[in-house]
Amino acid sequence: MNKLLTSLLVMAALLVSPSYAQGLFPDIPKALGEPHPEGNEFWRINHPALLAHDRDLTVLEGIRDIDASLKSCVACHAVTGPEAAPLPVTYDSPEFSCRVCHDYVAVKIDCFTCHASTPEEADYADVLPSYGGTAESLRAYLERISQ
Amino acid sequence: MIIPTENPNGAEISRRDILKSGAALATITLAPGVTLMAFGGKAKAAGDDGLKPNARWGLLIDAAKCPEDCSACVSACSTEQGWENNGLSTDPQWIRKVTLREKETGRTNSLPVMCQHCEAPPCVDVCPTGASFKREDGIVLVNRHTCIGCRYCMMACPFKARSFVAEPVTGQRTSTPRGKGTVEGCNLCVHKIDRGDGTTACVEACTATGNNAMMFGDLNDPESEIAKAVSTYASVELRADLGLNLGVRYQNI
Repeated sequence: MNKLLTSLLVMAALLVSPSYAQGLFPDIPKALGEPHPEGNEFWRINHPALLAHDRDLTVLEGIRDIDASLKSCVACHAVTGPEAAPLPVTYDSPEFSCRVCHDYVAVKIDCFTCHASTPEEADYADVLPSYGGTAESLRAYLERISQ
Repeated sequence: MIIPTENPNGAEISRRDILKSGAALATITLAPGVTLMAFGGKAKAAGDDGLKPNARWGLLIDAAKCPEDCSACVSACSTEQGWENNGLSTDPQWIRKVTLREKETGRTNSLPVMCQHCEAPPCVDVCPTGASFKREDGIVLVNRHTCIGCRYCMMACPFKARSFVAEPVTGQRTSTPRGKGTVEGCNLCVHKIDRGDGTTACVEACTATGNNAMMFGDLNDPESEIAKAVSTYASVELRADLGLNLGVRYQNI
């Protein structure tokens, strides 16, 4: 009886230990820009509704100065490829920010059949205050981030 | 995701206002998924973003100034919107050069034809999902989020200004999302208009060639160059017999 109790306790301890829990969840890549003021938990839960709402504002009413634009998401959450290649990975790569979580929960998103999954240079300027505006400074910035 | 609460002015606070209040917004995360928010920021005044109400954006094209061998407007559109022609029957039809020939006299005319941005668009009438729509400022667009690719609008359009994306697309411009299974057409460079550029890619390119055959502007604004031009000089709309009141007008055809 004691043996059984001990093994149960060990198993429970393993489950709640941070190292074990880390292996269970996807390793979400760090974004390049400033953190969300509303907090990551808020965005992890509400991003589909926020994006769906703002897409209608943009398409129907032409309101483009919005904080939840997919363009900004893509620019800020860009993931550089392996070997610190300067170009961000596309949706085709499993390392793509959205896919890290969405693959984990087996949800296929179709945003990027139409939307560009890599930012254009001008898009970085909106989300990265330290980005000077040239390809050189962008590359330097991304290298600094990847270190 | 509108959070319906009343503010002192009686206006509804939308999620957008919450985000707009930016730094003055205080959030407290109690537990994962439970967030307290406090408001105090100055919401952005309405009307300083988004489309210009009461505008009627349009183009005036002078066919006499449009050389047959020039296609600067077409390539500018291709670059701006991120589409390309492959010589296939399924090629995009955002804008194309058309040569008209008068049967009796043999006089030929070359002119660009794109979505004519009708006041009463047949594509909007036939769309079963409401994806084909006219913005308040007269621009006729496809909302690709709701487009099911049925192509009724392509059949309804008298100008063949719509085309279907039949193949998967990669390398889109971030300002122009486009992909397989949806219909597309000239959007009058809506992202440039919203940005306040006051021109379109085709007009910019035409002006750059020195031909000056195209003019963009607000037909409803009597002070605008285009409104003055159409009220002074003769211009026609294509298929005027259909009574669609087009936003694109032509001279010398």
